[in-house]
Amino acid sequence: MAEDKESAEAIVSEVHKKIRAAFDVFDHEFNKTVDVREIGTIIRSLGCFPNEGELHDVIAEIEEEEPTGYIRFEKFLPTMTKVLMERKFRPIPEDLMLQAFEVLDKQKKGHLELEELTKYMTQEGEPFTQEEMEEMLSAAMDPDKNLIFYKDFVSMMTVDDPR
Amino acid sequence: MGCGTSVTTDNKGRRLTTAMKAAILIQRWYRRYIARLEMRQRYTWNIFQSIEYAGEQDQLQLSSFFSFMLDNFTQLNGNGPDLISHLLDPVVDPWSDRERQTMFEQITVPESYSGPHLTFPLTVSHTNALLSAFKEQQPLHGRYMLQLLHQTKKLLKQMPNVIHLSTPYAKEITICGDLHGRLDDLLLIFYKNGLPSAETPYVFNGDFVDRGKKSVEVIILLFAYQLLYPDHMTLNRGNHEDHIMNLRYGFTKEVMQKYKTHGRDILLLVQDVFSLLPIATVIDNKVLIVHGGISDMTDLYLLSSIERHKVKSALRLPRRSLNHLEVTRSSRQGQPESPRCRSRGQPESPRCRSRGQPESPRCRSRGQPERPRCRSRGQPESPRCRSRGQDHGNTPKKRRHLTRQGSSSSSSSSSLCSPRGSSRLTLCRCLSPSMLSPTDNLQVPFLDSFTALPVRQPPREELEWKQVVDLLWSDPKSQPGCSPNTFRGGGSYFGPDVTRRLLERHGMTLLIRSHECKQEGYEVCHDGQVITIFSASNYYEEGSNRGAYIKLGRELVPRFFQYQVSRNTRKLTLTQRVNVAEGSAVRAVQEKLFSHRSELMAAFQQYDTSNSGCISVSEWALVVESVVRLDLPWRTLRPRLARLAPDGSIDYQSCFEDMGPGQPIPQVRTRKRLIDQLIDFIWQSIKLLHSQNLPLCFVQVTPNLAETLYRYRTDLEIIFNIMDKDHSGQISIEEFRQTWHLFSAHLGVEVDDRAIDELAKSIDFNKDGSIDFNEFLEAFRVVHKLDVKDQQQG
Repeated sequence: MAEDKESAEAIVSEVHKKIRAAFDVFDHEFNKTVDVREIGTIIRSLGCFPNEGELHDVIAEIEEEEPTGYIRFEKFLPTMTKVLMERKFRPIPEDLMLQAFEVLDKQKKGHLELEELTKYMTQEGEPFTQEEMEEMLSAAMDPDKNLIFYKDFVSMMTVDDPR
Repeated sequence: MGCGTSVTTDNKGRRLTTAMKAAILIQRWYRRYIARLEMRQRYTWNIFQSIEYAGEQDQLQLSSFFSFMLDNFTQLNGNGPDLISHLLDPVVDPWSDRERQTMFEQITVPESYSGPHLTFPLTVSHTNALLSAFKEQQPLHGRYMLQLLHQTKKLLKQMPNVIHLSTPYAKEITICGDLHGRLDDLLLIFYKNGLPSAETPYVFNGDFVDRGKKSVEVIILLFAYQLLYPDHMTLNRGNHEDHIMNLRYGFTKEVMQKYKTHGRDILLLVQDVFSLLPIATVIDNKVLIVHGGISDMTDLYLLSSIERHKVKSALRLPRRSLNHLEVTRSSRQGQPESPRCRSRGQPESPRCRSRGQPESPRCRSRGQPERPRCRSRGQPESPRCRSRGQDHGNTPKKRRHLTRQGSSSSSSSSSLCSPRGSSRLTLCRCLSPSMLSPTDNLQVPFLDSFTALPVRQPPREELEWKQVVDLLWSDPKSQPGCSPNTFRGGGSYFGPDVTRRLLERHGMTLLIRSHECKQEGYEVCHDGQVITIFSASNYYEEGSNRGAYIKLGRELVPRFFQYQVSRNTRKLTLTQRVNVAEGSAVRAVQEKLFSHRSELMAAFQQYDTSNSGCISVSEWALVVESVVRLDLPWRTLRPRLARLAPDGSIDYQSCFEDMGPGQPIPQVRTRKRLIDQLIDFIWQSIKLLHSQNLPLCFVQVTPNLAETLYRYRTDLEIIFNIMDKDHSGQISIEEFRQTWHLFSAHLGVEVDDRAIDELAKSIDFNKDGSIDFNEFLEAFRVVHKLDVKDQQQG
């Protein structure tokens, strides 16, 4: 039992260090605060996949009573530890991503048209901004045909994302 | 997932179709991917900046060493080491302006020269000719360069320290930031925004040279346009308009390479021109433009009145006249092993202990002229740098590691003396009476003994110098207060309250500065009161950042224009850009690891009690951070730097793979200051050579030494440049001998000419009577892949 407790503590300690490391990258003033707008990036870089709504909930939990625009590490750490330990906002496996694209590809063509994808991404769900859309297209779209071959795209993105 | 239109609700109670669910999933997934990219971009950025600033720190160390040597040994060595003094000292030009002009006019330009010919006063056709020539890679002849610089010097002499401009009716002033020798960016700005003219006035905010490969062309264009339109073209001085910085960061080298005959004269003239550049510009009495920033001591009235040209370099205090110097010799001579100041192994510096404080090497005292001579030994480990008496509410910048070297924090730009060994210089107010000897001389440990220096230093000169350094080297921070800029080693960090106070005091509304690279080319901070503008795109690496400029009209509302010079015709995606930049940054970090290999291995092995070749991630991160002394996200970088063993621990030897032949090193090097290590090493080599009667190339260079040299490669280059007094790119045997005499005097040991000559001859591989830089390096077996790569890129 003592061993278990020790290893549990060790795990938590490692988790704390990971969180600290990610936080520090954005702590420009070295005073244990980060801009609230960077919280999403930090959380996602730690391996979590919250959608925008879930992200806002997390932020609401860790913000100050009177929002200052900054998040303090003391508040971030316990919340983020919980998120990681409980494995919230799990990553999305590659095949599930494929299925998602296939749902949008109603005619089962194996690719999506530029207008189709743009419409979905910028009007449905939690819409992309113009910039996000452009960036995705620059990576995903075949510029000669204006088509998105999503199978290749998903593979490429998954490969490019080392853990 | 299923087909069909099953409907569920999300956490906000909206009704979701399958398609919507799919869309949300894709968006989430994509955003996560982008977030990871941003993270990588961010730490890539951190890496570049940390390495850049760490490099600058070492430069300051080296400079202060030479400064001290100059100040204190010029009179002692009889004939005097004019080799260094010539370079680092402000040169008093024996010729009058008129005589100089005539001399330049008499330089002949060969028939074969096909570049632009300049006559003065310049006309638009001249500047157009310059533009075309540079686009065609055609250089400007040395004679015209000299004449151009000469005319610029004459013009600048008439200018005040602070230039006052007003926004012309219905026109805008364009303000550009750092260019750093990027001709392409300058041409792009001219293309997008228009050439300088009465219709298109410009302000260039410093740092025109260094780092980029076309600094010469950049300043030729800037100075030419200034001569053509002196009322519409304003150039502020930056911290790189400084001949000591140029030695290190490439401008000196570029000039010498492009102008083999006249390079030296050009450099001397450039030195004067740089120190004559105005240090600030004010628009409509409302907008202040300086290169770096301000401090809580900045006094615009004082700045308007100082003699700015006296501040030749931020890295050296104004030279005291030799009358003030009374250096006692007795403490120095013939006692290499004075019992009082042993650097090694002693925990206590016998003097100047600044009591009880976790010390920084640079406690800037507020409101007082710098008293640079109190030495204290700080604690070895803590990087914390607290500024005394200032800024209590501010958390110290604990993460700003100051040097690559062991425990010593950096000597700052304002540090005068070069400490030896591990006693470090502290600028602080700890000058208690007990530290002054009865004759009011300060005992300064130097080398193996003590040297007495008079405490007199014209405070006014120091104050003025500090004012200028603050303008050229400071950075804004988001927390209030003002603290010494320990990261850079010079200037201050100034908070929004400092900005507000200064602007209010002078009735101004905006501070525009440069000095820091920003990803978008510009950044606004301090509630909109400070703008950073940076005009060298792709500064760190292809795709690392955009450049930008500001246009300011009557209403004084800034408009920003961004651009990015690209070598590729096809625009890189964000992923590709991040990959390229990150790859480059990671390589730089790998080199750092390699150059500290022996220390790292020794420390790793201390943790590796079972000799398994593996340690935990935490231990690895701890070791690396403490040895390399760079504040980087090591855990995040780990996957790129070291391999994991199957059990999740780190195979630490894998850090050094792919970097050259590996050999485990037994002992840990004692931590010493950069220059002392270098000189020690070189001295050991001489002794060895002398004792074994072997040419140096046969001396086995142990991996230890190879690393040290690799680490200090750039500094070796500086030393080489300094030895190469006439900037010919070659060291003659004579120059070599002179320098060695100086070095050996520094070590307090006698060395005879014969040993030095033999050393020189053995280094001169091709036996042409002189030593070029490659031979110099090769003599110490430092030929790294990177050199080859540099040469290939030209």
